[in-house]
Amino acid sequence: MAGSNPNAKPMNLTLKVWRQKNRDTAGQLVSYPVKNVSPDMSFLEMLDVLNDDLEIRNEEPIAFDHDCREGICGACSLFINGRAHGPERGTTTCQLHMRHFKDGDTITIEPWRAAAFPVHKDLVVDRSAFDRIQQAGGYISVNTGGVPDANEIPIPKTVADKAFDAATCIQCGACVAACKNASAMLFVSAKVSQLALLPQGKTERKTRVENMVAQMDIEGFGACTNTGACAAECPVGISLENINKLRREFIVAKATSENVA
Amino acid sequence: MGRKIIMSITGLFLCSFLVVHLIGNLQLFNDDGGAAFNLYSYFMANNIVIRIMEIVLLLGFLFHIYDAIVLVRKNKAARPIQYAEVRPQENSTWSSRNMGLLGTVILVFLIIHLWNFFVPARFGGLEGVVIEGAEYENLYIRVVESFQIWWYVLIYVLAMVALAYHLIHGFQSGFQTLGLDHKKYTPFIQMFGYAFSVIVCLGFAIIPLYFFFLY
Ligand code: HEM
Ligand code: SF4
Ligand code: FES
Repeated sequence: MAGSNPNAKPMNLTLKVWRQKNRDTAGQLVSYPVKNVSPDMSFLEMLDVLNDDLEIRNEEPIAFDHDCREGICGACSLFINGRAHGPERGTTTCQLHMRHFKDGDTITIEPWRAAAFPVHKDLVVDRSAFDRIQQAGGYISVNTGGVPDANEIPIPKTVADKAFDAATCIQCGACVAACKNASAMLFVSAKVSQLALLPQGKTERKTRVENMVAQMDIEGFGACTNTGACAAECPVGISLENINKLRREFIVAKATSENVA
Repeated sequence: MGRKIIMSITGLFLCSFLVVHLIGNLQLFNDDGGAAFNLYSYFMANNIVIRIMEIVLLLGFLFHIYDAIVLVRKNKAARPIQYAEVRPQENSTWSSRNMGLLGTVILVFLIIHLWNFFVPARFGGLEGVVIEGAEYENLYIRVVESFQIWWYVLIYVLAMVALAYHLIHGFQSGFQTLGLDHKKYTPFIQMFGYAFSVIVCLGFAIIPLYFFFLY
């Protein structure tokens, strides 16, 4: 492998992986030995190697989500050794490298666990609950016509920065996975803050927060108890400030919006 | 989210009750054979404002506990299948994850506590005592006697430890639940909440310890 460290010794590991045929069957943890793992591999590459082995042996490869493999799409998930996206903070699983593990380690790999994220197969969960929350209000309505000048609307830099920080949420679901209540508050708060902070999002802000919170409850996510686990495990560092912003938005909307009942 | 807001408002209201309750109880330390405390207790049992606040307080507890049960159940249902391995100590504090457990300890304590002091003080069953020529109920002697029993003292001290941990998370959490968060003030609220929890619970815990060891 290019740029690999010649001194890094290959490792032998034992994986305990959640295997589940489909939504309707029960699953279980199955042990697999993996040999000669380079410390320079990413966690997903290590799984690729195991899957190649399984295919050679005519066994069903392990299903897991991935796409960009560069930490920007949010597709990869995996609850690794009791942590969302593994032992490192501020990283996705595709950006986690095997050098954070030791030769001889046993690694437990589980899917995100939440009633709202049913297991599809093995380590793949259905995260469409997030999409439905987005559809409930995570957008702005724009009229067609001439394109307005981008600099026409003044936005203070501090506000733009906050909105941008909130906008970096990659919808990975680690916040839900890490939260003891499987609460989606961090995700929803990132989406609500991002839009509520900017002038273009203000028109629909009250209805937006009401609908998105309602959808969050319908999907069966838990309630927030301010443990802070979500923000600690979020790969892009969405801060708890957003959750408090969401609450202010929600309280003001409930008290003053035109939506009755 | 609405329910959580009630949780927070009732929780913070209960915190204000703790302050009043503690200040009143400090009269137990008056070196007057309990006269000041018994007069105070008489006032608390008969003043109309206090009687109304008593009902508000009861409602505060009931809403807090009811919402606690509903939310804990909702949160359990949100994760029907548990992880085989979790390392939550890496991302959150113990008290923040065990508010229901801590609350339950407080509730059990509360029942014992009310049964022993509040019920007889309010509905009769205490001995009489004469203070400045008038007859009063002697709650003071009940306090003194109760706190000669070692396991009773132990229950009190343990309950106050549980309350302290409940509030170390709960006080600042209550502000966050209301969206009251600002980088200028939040650090102060957190520090204040921590100090509040420790000082108030220590204050309560000293009472049984004082009567057990020093009286
Ligand atoms: C003097 C007694 C009590 C006080 C002062 C108190 C105070 C508080 C406060 C300030 C909160 C934070 C609210 C929030 O985060 O929004 C809270 C939360 C909570 N309390 Fe209590 N509480 C008391 C008794 C109880 C009892 C008896 C129970 C249970 C039967 C209980 C269970 C809970 C639970 C489950 C939470 C939610 C945890 C969270 O959301 O962070 N509490 N309490
Ligand atoms: S808030 Fe963070 S952890 Fe949650 S979905 Fe967005 S990026 Fe993932
Ligand atoms: S695969 Fe895209 S973030 Fe990991």
